Amino acid sequence: MLFSAHFQAKEIIIGPGENAQEDLQEALILMSEGDTLLIKSGYYLFEDGLSLDVDDVTVIGEGMNETVLDFKNQQSGAQGFLVTSNGVTLKDFAILDAKGDALKVIGSKGINMINLRTEWTGGPKSTNGAYGFYPVESEDVLIDGCVAIGASDAGIYVGQSKNIIVRNSIAQYNVAGIEIENSYYADVYNNLASHNTGGILIFDLPDLPQQGGHHIRVFDNKSVDNDTDNFAPEGNIVGEVPRGTGIIIMANSDVEVFNNVMSGNGTVNLSIVSYSDETDDPNYYPHPRRIQIHNNTYGPGGFDPDVETGDLAKALFEISEGNMPDIFWDGVVPVSQMIFGQPKEDKLKVDENRDVSFLTISPIKYMLGFSNPVRTEKKEFKGVINPLEPIVIDGI
Amino acid sequence: MKKKFQFLLVLILCTRLNAVNDNLIISDSFPSKLSEFGFFLDDSAQVPHENVIPYELISTLFSDYSYKQRWVYVPGGKQAKYEENWVFNFPVGSALIKTFYYPVDERDPELGMNLLETRLLLRKENGWEAVSYAWNEEQNEAYKKIAGKTINVSWTDFMGNDRDVRYRVPNVNQCKECHAAKDKITPIGPKARNLNKKFDFKEGEFNQLTYWMNRQIIDDYPMELVSPVDWTDENENINDRVRSYLDVNCGHCHSPTGNANSTGLYLHLDETRKIHLGLYKKPVATGRGSGGLKYSIVPGKPEESILLHRMISLDPGVMMPESGRALSHTEAVEMVREWIMVMED
Repeated sequence: MLFSAHFQAKEIIIGPGENAQEDLQEALILMSEGDTLLIKSGYYLFEDGLSLDVDDVTVIGEGMNETVLDFKNQQSGAQGFLVTSNGVTLKDFAILDAKGDALKVIGSKGINMINLRTEWTGGPKSTNGAYGFYPVESEDVLIDGCVAIGASDAGIYVGQSKNIIVRNSIAQYNVAGIEIENSYYADVYNNLASHNTGGILIFDLPDLPQQGGHHIRVFDNKSVDNDTDNFAPEGNIVGEVPRGTGIIIMANSDVEVFNNVMSGNGTVNLSIVSYSDETDDPNYYPHPRRIQIHNNTYGPGGFDPDVETGDLAKALFEISEGNMPDIFWDGVVPVSQMIFGQPKEDKLKVDENRDVSFLTISPIKYMLGFSNPVRTEKKEFKGVINPLEPIVIDGI
Repeated sequence: MKKKFQFLLVLILCTRLNAVNDNLIISDSFPSKLSEFGFFLDDSAQVPHENVIPYELISTLFSDYSYKQRWVYVPGGKQAKYEENWVFNFPVGSALIKTFYYPVDERDPELGMNLLETRLLLRKENGWEAVSYAWNEEQNEAYKKIAGKTINVSWTDFMGNDRDVRYRVPNVNQCKECHAAKDKITPIGPKARNLNKKFDFKEGEFNQLTYWMNRQIIDDYPMELVSPVDWTDENENINDRVRSYLDVNCGHCHSPTGNANSTGLYLHLDETRKIHLGLYKKPVATGRGSGGLKYSIVPGKPEESILLHRMISLDPGVMMPESGRALSHTEAVEMVREWIMVMED
């Protein structure tokens, strides 16, 4: 503490015991800026959700398998742990079986989630909570070395946020492994997404305060063997994701996907699609643009398309006549661009090995009943890759 | 002469003993006992100090059928300023006091009541702060509960049914979940439009705003006020009743400035855009809260509307509001069901 900027910063220690719930919640409320709250290793059973609203504090356990916060008896609170303050570091503990979301962070500037685990222990079930990690409307978000298992929506979900790094993390047995939605400036790298329904989703949706998701880099990840049947409750957008999708990019701009391994995804390893539902939102752009795909490794894919869930697998299966590609682009662009062509700078770029298969459709030919609306030649999508700037979070 | 002086001294002492403790209201910390504030002459009977003025709201938040008594305190010589469409701007040193209780038997007030908690909003130099005091079993003192408290309580309702509830005294953070607008704590209820009704004061029945003017605790209020309707008033139009109910029960979070603004579902009174009111609005990050339904509201189809589903649910991962409710509000559920049923596309 010798050189600590916070002269009076103190460490508060909470251990397991009968009053742990009240003691921990009270400590979370009464701690001051600069303080560290240590939750000793042990098993903690809670009836109510926990929350933190103090700026510039650290809450640390003694390991994601040692300090376990279990919410299976939760009676109130819509999430296990809620954070609403800035400059918060959470580290080295686990949140199990929350009734709603496991860890939700609202409107935080500077939130570090390090070596945490969120898990629903009964396996994939639609009664599991929606999100493991759920920062929303936040800025400077770090998720590092975390593990997310069993979420009925997304294991790691970053929504309507800015300046984001998700790295070195594992997402398994969720509907979506990692999802970046309506967000700006994100690096998603060195993660493992496996045995989810879909591995990594980069989505943008209408009618929200922040939309127009852009500048997302997805690299050095493994999105493999995503083979869990979709168990999302109906109504949610991820409920339409077919089992066995590696990476999906929907309605975002400036996305660069490179150096990833996509393999064992029974529907399709990589797809790039428009938002296909109706919307009256005049501020929403439903099509992907300036997407760059390069230097990825593709293993087996498309061998077991899930035509039962959503439209993607079914449409792709029909169009490709069962010849499922490694990369699929739905080809949907605004009507004017169907006729006059896409602006050059908006075009999809694909620079992959020769043996990587690609498929797109010309929607206008498709609609007009041309016999060959399908294009599989990816040479015409080759172009000079303009690498996106890496994301920098101060102090990380 | 001496005797007279003694009498005067006693009188002064008594008055001082009985005064509301202005310093405690603005102090940095909360005292451990509610009685220290001096808001009540008799705490367990909830008899307020003369300067602690009772009030009611036209439309109120559902809190598991608990009853609520409200009081306002504005320090001597100061006034709250009227703000259009918003709560009065109370001066530093003001307090809003709300006691939650269940009558032992709703059919017979004589049987007494179970005091649960008294929530305070205190206007300090840097803004409002919220804290709750939970009543002890003896019902003669309430103690500060930073981390909240669970009270298992039962009562007999109007129909003679025994009811029980796991009542939750909110922790300080939960207070903020509803009472935060633009990251600052704010009162929700005491807007001029929501106070514009008669109340039976000890001096007689008056319009509350008129009374507050006479007591000089507010500086002004407009003559023309569009007030929300009392949602329980079946003579009113159902749309007005439901919007009034949703405004006070949901609108503090579900508004562009509230805690739930990321959802895009806005239920405050001023919202007019259909999609943001929930009509054919898809869930965003609702997870299993959707209950497998596709839209917040499907006109004509209450059973397909997520909004109603979440009002009915008692599952903490599904139910709305997120905190402060452990029971379903049957009467409101029926009203909202009817509202959606007759709603046109």
